[in-house]
Amino acid sequence: MSEVIVVTSGKGGVGKTTSSASIACGFARRGKKVAVVDFDIGLRNLDLIMGCERRVVYDFVNVINNDCSLKQAMIKDKRFDNLSVLAASQTRDKDALTQEGVERVLNEMRESFDIIICDSPAGIERGAHLAMYYADRAVVVVNPEVSSVRDSDRVLGLLSSKTDRAEKGTGSIREHLLLTRYSPERVATGDMLSVGDVEEILGLTVIGVIPESQSVLAASNAGVPVILDEASIAGQAYDDAVARMCGDELPMRFIDMAKKGLFKRIFGS
Amino acid sequence: MVGIFDFFKSRPQKSAQTAKERLLIIVAQQRGERGTPDYIPRLKKELLEVIRKYVNVDPGAVQVNVQKEGEQELLELSVVLPDKEDD
Repeated sequence: MSEVIVVTSGKGGVGKTTSSASIACGFARRGKKVAVVDFDIGLRNLDLIMGCERRVVYDFVNVINNDCSLKQAMIKDKRFDNLSVLAASQTRDKDALTQEGVERVLNEMRESFDIIICDSPAGIERGAHLAMYYADRAVVVVNPEVSSVRDSDRVLGLLSSKTDRAEKGTGSIREHLLLTRYSPERVATGDMLSVGDVEEILGLTVIGVIPESQSVLAASNAGVPVILDEASIAGQAYDDAVARMCGDELPMRFIDMAKKGLFKRIFGS
Repeated sequence: MVGIFDFFKSRPQKSAQTAKERLLIIVAQQRGERGTPDYIPRLKKELLEVIRKYVNVDPGAVQVNVQKEGEQELLELSVVLPDKEDD
């Protein structure tokens, strides 16, 4: 049984593409056949984060317009042969994605992949709407920050009303919160919303907490999804999140500040 | 100078706490509006225009609510007319 998973957020810059790339690699590493699709038409970026930008020949809109076959457009990952990327088109025509086209392509993908990750653009316009429309599951990426939390609540509302499952009444989409750019130090000083705060405000538990980490920028610089950086705590946190999405029960790591000893507390660090 | 007395002074609320309180309110409000039909704002505007042909009412005088009662959806409309003396 194949599953379509949308990675969405409403707000931009919270880590959708970084998360899509890492989640895709996480499932691939567990032996699943994975496709990851960039829905951000006009602003292609997933290819860069995945490190396959120089191998893009055909894109999502080419497949929709039947300029090529799906197989020709899917870029095989160099690290996992069970992982493929479908790049977004760089066209400025915002109507290039059609609902029928998206449905046809996703259905064709369902025949040859176990997991199809849809990397949504920011906002709640056409691209974001189509990225979530045919999803079975949703990962809502949220930062511990007021505008991101509010926007993710808007997106949760759309997931429960403006999707194929909601409109046909064929069961609700499984929703996961993924909290990114988390800083336990700032939470401890009362300057940042905590995991518990975000869960209470949105009424959902988190599937993972990704700590703020230098390695995320280093990973995108290199075109290697951060989950593949075994030394990175952000990478390890992504792997935990994917494990939980597969049904494993794991305690949350990296959400507490490293405790200072009594000596340090008295004499400072 | 940081003295022992500063410890007992009431400290200003931490910003994360303020953020949480603000978000709890705005999210509750957003969820209240969820599920109401998209045409409600337009309906409200047009109703206000029609009513204003006859009485001069405030823009805030027209309230339109959609309520669910079991299987039925109820469109509730209330218009506050101005006091007679104001005419």
